[in-house]
Amino acid sequence: MSDIKNIFDISGRAMASQLVRLNTVASNLANAGTVSGTKEEAFRSLKPVFATKFADSFEKNGVSTVDVVGIERVDRDPVRAHMPNHPSADADGYVYRAAVDENEEMIEMVEASRQYQNNVEVISTLRALMMRTINMGK
Amino acid sequence: MNKIGSYLNFHAQALALRSRRNEVLASNIANAATPNFKARDLDFDAEIRHHIGVGPLRTTDDRHLPTTVNPVRDRMLYRDPINPSMDGNTVEMAVEQMEFSENVIRYQTTLSFLNKRINGLMSAIRGE
Repeated sequence: MSDIKNIFDISGRAMASQLVRLNTVASNLANAGTVSGTKEEAFRSLKPVFATKFADSFEKNGVSTVDVVGIERVDRDPVRAHMPNHPSADADGYVYRAAVDENEEMIEMVEASRQYQNNVEVISTLRALMMRTINMGK
Repeated sequence: MNKIGSYLNFHAQALALRSRRNEVLASNIANAATPNFKARDLDFDAEIRHHIGVGPLRTTDDRHLPTTVNPVRDRMLYRDPINPSMDGNTVEMAVEQMEFSENVIRYQTTLSFLNKRINGLMSAIRGE
């Protein structure tokens, strides 16, 4: 992707990444508690992979932001439950619950929204500074 | 450098440096959740001494070419974390937010020094 030019690139792209993270949390929570007939089909939590995106002249100006380089499923087995009356139960009467830890997702959500807010705060502060700088000498 | 330029030079340099430091701190805050990211910062005191200390070389003859020693030093340092985290990330939100707000205040201070100087010059020019 293109080079990081200014503060709006730095914090804007970080906000976009945090939003991807919040979207995965929403998907995971939406699928928490769903069951399926086979172990393979059962839902597993999605996690975004963050990686630092350095500016072209990072060693000189220290500017970097963050990009989502991929979304991975956690390597965690779904919980098997014996529910013979469930319509999607397998031949032995078992269903598989989605491998989503709700507590973990809630913590993830709070952390992502906090870090999103921090980036918003940085942008609004620096935007106010820019406005004051433009009005210099008036 | 002309008189007005050198009158404003120090604060202009300081303002540019504060602005650069803001970008570095914003980068740290942006990477708060990135594993293995190492927080960076620059030593404002050392940088401003360097920027102010090294100016255009004085010429003693009309045939001398005016040169400027590269005033850009740009030494990016690494932050020493207070409590290192398991994922190798050295961004500590409290530290970064504190440094950022301090830097913003100092930027505003420099800006008002510049404004005062410009206003002073303006009233001297108008002769009011």
